Amino acid sequence: MKPPAFQYYQPHTLDEALQLLSEHGDAKILAGGQSLIPMMNMRLAHPDVLIDINGLTELTHIKETDQGLAIGALVRHYQLEQHPLIQRKVPLVAEAEHLIGHPAIRSRGTIGGSLSHADPAAELPVLATLFDWELVVSSAAAERTIPAREFFLSYFITALAPDEMVTGVRTPSHAHAGAHITEYAVRAGDFALAIAAASIVLNASDTIQSARIALGGVADIPWRDPDFEASLQGQSPSPSLWREVGQHIKEAIDPTDDLHASADYRRQLAQTLVEKALAGALERAKLAEMKGRQA
Amino acid sequence: MVPITLTVNGVKHALEVEPRWLLADVLRDELHLTGTHLGCEQGVCGACTVLLDGRPARSCLTLAVTASGCEITTVEGLAKDGVLHPVQEAFWQEHALQCGFCTPGFLMTAAHFLENNPNPTRSAIREALSGNLCRCTGYQHIVNAVERAATIIREGDSHAISQD
Ligand SMILES: Cc1cc2nc3c(=O)[nH]c(=O)nc-3n(C[C@H](O)[C@H](O)[C@H](O)COP(=O)(O)OP(=O)(O)OC[C@H]3O[C@@H](n4cnc5c(N)ncnc54)[C@H](O)[C@@H]3O)c2cc1C
Ligand code: FES
Ligand code: FES
Repeated sequence: MKPPAFQYYQPHTLDEALQLLSEHGDAKILAGGQSLIPMMNMRLAHPDVLIDINGLTELTHIKETDQGLAIGALVRHYQLEQHPLIQRKVPLVAEAEHLIGHPAIRSRGTIGGSLSHADPAAELPVLATLFDWELVVSSAAAERTIPAREFFLSYFITALAPDEMVTGVRTPSHAHAGAHITEYAVRAGDFALAIAAASIVLNASDTIQSARIALGGVADIPWRDPDFEASLQGQSPSPSLWREVGQHIKEAIDPTDDLHASADYRRQLAQTLVEKALAGALERAKLAEMKGRQA
Repeated sequence: MVPITLTVNGVKHALEVEPRWLLADVLRDELHLTGTHLGCEQGVCGACTVLLDGRPARSCLTLAVTASGCEITTVEGLAKDGVLHPVQEAFWQEHALQCGFCTPGFLMTAAHFLENNPNPTRSAIREALSGNLCRCTGYQHIVNAVERAATIIREGDSHAISQD
């Protein structure tokens, strides 16, 4: 249970890292190591070349932008949990972090690693999908941005080319005020069997201006259906509407059986979690609206 | 082999390591600090937990080269001048270990947790310890011990303040 040998590089600048990526076809980026090293220990991954980006301080920023925040790929889970800007501008991220692994995992694991690893039962990919994050992606030749919903392709597969890496994400803070995330895991800190996150913005008349719903653990990528979301616009939020939504989503998803849970059980979980996430989001949306009126 | 430096329990070491060597193995095999245990080597059991620049981290999921230049505290660094750390004292008093294999990881996790949560509830303690597995004790005595350690630390602090 030790990693196989590899060629090791410790670049000091992003340019150096991108140059190394372009020179080595079978290179892997090493960020927090909380997913890659277990796979190397178990010999499920055996990269020839490892590019350790832990020294790239240029990827550790958390900055305000017009729309929300720009977050460097190397920002670690515990920073997302605790940083005042994250708590203020994108509070659901700080809240979700509390559900990710254990303190020791959160000390090391990074936002870039979590998104690039693309585990469909991971929390950050679900939030990226819910809030339409943009992933900033670079190669030695060019930089581009990829919308989250085009980034995740299948289990552990992303739209990254072999010579590209994620350098950061842009997270709009819009719609964070009325948002909620909930999940079911067998023990605190385990990967969830299913995750549901929702966000609601209300009209002045308290009907739904917009609603978003994203799920994790129920498909090969985070699940979201904007057409269905659009059908909720203008409706009055109520427990019976949430029940209908839960019922619809239970039928719409197509989870698979695995060691941890049957497909049927995941459907039931998804239904319950969606109702809970929507109810939680509504409560917060109302609070936000009240505060808005007072201000 | 790559040259690295590690400051472990306050002592600086210059070492030569293979890039693939895990921090846990370097601590155990090169520095002979065998208090850090390896259970699962996949991040789940917590036996290998050390403090890396003051935060708990899995030494089985950290390459020693990545940790170069960092400050590391292992279970051997908890006691000071022959006096047990309050968490160690409390584990002893509350019988919070049987075979002891999991204990170093629990001690490091609990010591860090209490630094930031001096007055935790039992459920907060259980959650804080959820990343550490114990096959012997059934956990109750470990939770009791962390509760007692919190009391020892708080009383120690108020003692220190009242002496001022
Ligand atoms: C016991 C345990 C419990 C966990 N529980 C959870 C949980 O409940 N929820 C959850 O979401 N996660 C959980 N994790 C995983 C954790 O969140 C990891 O931190 C995360 O999945 C990967 O981030 P990392 O920085 O450690 O990446 P690494 O392990 O370093 O890398 C992971 C993959 O991403 C690639 N990569 C890393 N950074 C980049 C980049 N910037 N650009 C391109 N590719 C990159 C690597 O090459 C590798 O393929 C758990 C892990 C453990 C060990
Ligand atoms: S040996 Fe590191 S977590 Fe089990
Ligand atoms: S005391 Fe034996 S594993 Fe915990």
